[in-house]
Amino acid sequence: MNPINQNNKYVFDIEVTALVKRFKEVVAVNGVTFKVNSGEIFGLLGPNGAGKTTTIKMLTTLIEPTSGKAKVANYDIGKDKSNVRKSIGIVFQDPSLDDKLTGRENLVFHGMLYNLESKVMSKRISEVLKLVELEDKADILVENYSGGMKRRLEIARGLMHQPKVIFLDEPTVGLDPQTRRKIWDYIIELNKKHKTTIILTTHYIEEADFLCSRVAFVDHGRIVALDTPEKLKNKMGGDIISLKVDFPINKNIFSKVKWIKNVKSLNDTLELTVDDGEKKILDVLDVAKKNGIKIHSVNLRKPSLEDVFIKITGKGIREEAGSFKDRMRMIHGRMR
Amino acid sequence: MIEFKAIYVIWLREIKRFIRAKSRVIGMIVVPLLFLIGLGYGFNNLVHLNGSFNYFDFLVPGIVGMSLLFTSVNNGASVIWDKQFGFLKEIMVTPNSRVSIALGKIIGGASTALIQGVLVVIIGVLLGFTLNFTAITLLFIVFMLLIAITFISLGLAIGSFMSDFQGFGIVMQFVAFPLFFISGALVPASTLPSVLKYVAYLNPLTYGVDGLRATLLGTSSFGIGLDLTAMLISSIIMVFVCAWAFTKGNAT
Repeated sequence: MNPINQNNKYVFDIEVTALVKRFKEVVAVNGVTFKVNSGEIFGLLGPNGAGKTTTIKMLTTLIEPTSGKAKVANYDIGKDKSNVRKSIGIVFQDPSLDDKLTGRENLVFHGMLYNLESKVMSKRISEVLKLVELEDKADILVENYSGGMKRRLEIARGLMHQPKVIFLDEPTVGLDPQTRRKIWDYIIELNKKHKTTIILTTHYIEEADFLCSRVAFVDHGRIVALDTPEKLKNKMGGDIISLKVDFPINKNIFSKVKWIKNVKSLNDTLELTVDDGEKKILDVLDVAKKNGIKIHSVNLRKPSLEDVFIKITGKGIREEAGSFKDRMRMIHGRMR
Repeated sequence: MIEFKAIYVIWLREIKRFIRAKSRVIGMIVVPLLFLIGLGYGFNNLVHLNGSFNYFDFLVPGIVGMSLLFTSVNNGASVIWDKQFGFLKEIMVTPNSRVSIALGKIIGGASTALIQGVLVVIIGVLLGFTLNFTAITLLFIVFMLLIAITFISLGLAIGSFMSDFQGFGIVMQFVAFPLFFISGALVPASTLPSVLKYVAYLNPLTYGVDGLRATLLGTSSFGIGLDLTAMLISSIIMVFVCAWAFTKGNAT
């Protein structure tokens, strides 16, 4: 039996309505509503503890919602768990390998739990091992793997049974940039080739920006914005030119110029929001020269999703607590 | 619904882990060995039992039972480890019924417990246990299996509701040790003080050990029929309790 759902008539692969999860006093997910189109790469972006993983756990039937409804691949996550499970694959945020088994044995275990035929299984196993470049390490025990190798094996495993919908919970945490890039390419290929719907959580801005057709910002258990990365970035209203100058300075010199949309001062830097930053940078220098302002350095940047996130929530995505948790996860991964 | 492929692969995993954890196997043989030498040899000349056997002979089936009890509770409660290392999530998110998953764990754990039980019997024989080999002797395998199933199910049921390592120690101290001491493994259950005696009569291990004595030694307090019936009933009840607990317990 193929776990891929053939009944592909519905438009949305995930429909979430007012989903809530409460742990005693803590409200982890506070009324989340969104839809994911079939064949889409959808991102949940937010700091650690925002409720992304809890949302994923509910959608993958691992925990029960406190209230609200959700459908995955058109199956209700409460009433039709078995069919939801048949339709999905997941790469967990935390380690989930048996390190007393070899890499290959972990994959065989997975394949058999998904009832793959042995021919299909051995083909898929060699495919995914090749993808994550673990072919020559496949037959050593996972306890001898590095953190990055374990992560790659988990990703290989999650892709192995080619599900209709794949959940990737922080798929590239702790990976080196090269491997990360390779995983991204594969996620895109998987999405294009098999029309797999992918929902990923991340706190890496570039990841969401590069991969996702739409991104939901998650903060304190709520979705605070949801749109394509382009449209989200357009909310910033232009590019940012930052100038290192000697303070004090009269901000009005810049804010009275009509093509400069916004002026912000941060420490020794002025941040000007403009359209067409590449062209306007010269005009900005002109304005400064005319007013006798000495400029030490100039920097032009396109707004990132992080800028938008800060604008909406008033804080960054990678708070200190997040990176600490990452480190703990890596240490934990090594200790196993 | 029962998925045999899932049961098979979960069983296979338990076997592979068992074979690879050599230190654990050695550890679980050393403890019964020490009990047999320390207690068995030590008390052999002090304790005189009615019958054609000495205390050492009496003790060997008890220590086999002890070894099965601890290994089984340990195997069942290893689900806490699976949780801690996140591996249980990987199993629970697959489209297999919770009952199949629990059965795979039970059968896998029972297989490895059985191997250890046989090893302890062999050690007993090497140390001087007089095995009266008759037609019913081989039934000791059945008793070992039923003891294992009962207590793996117990360990798994308790482990289903726990999520940290500390919980594991508590299981061993407050569940496995009392079950061992109040079971007739070390002294005949009938010689225990009255209250403990009745507790022992409610303990499946009492019948398991008595059944092992009936098969290995050729003597028993309750008779092999009662022992077998009691162990069958306790196994069936515990498998159902375990399946229920596993379905209700927390996977993450």
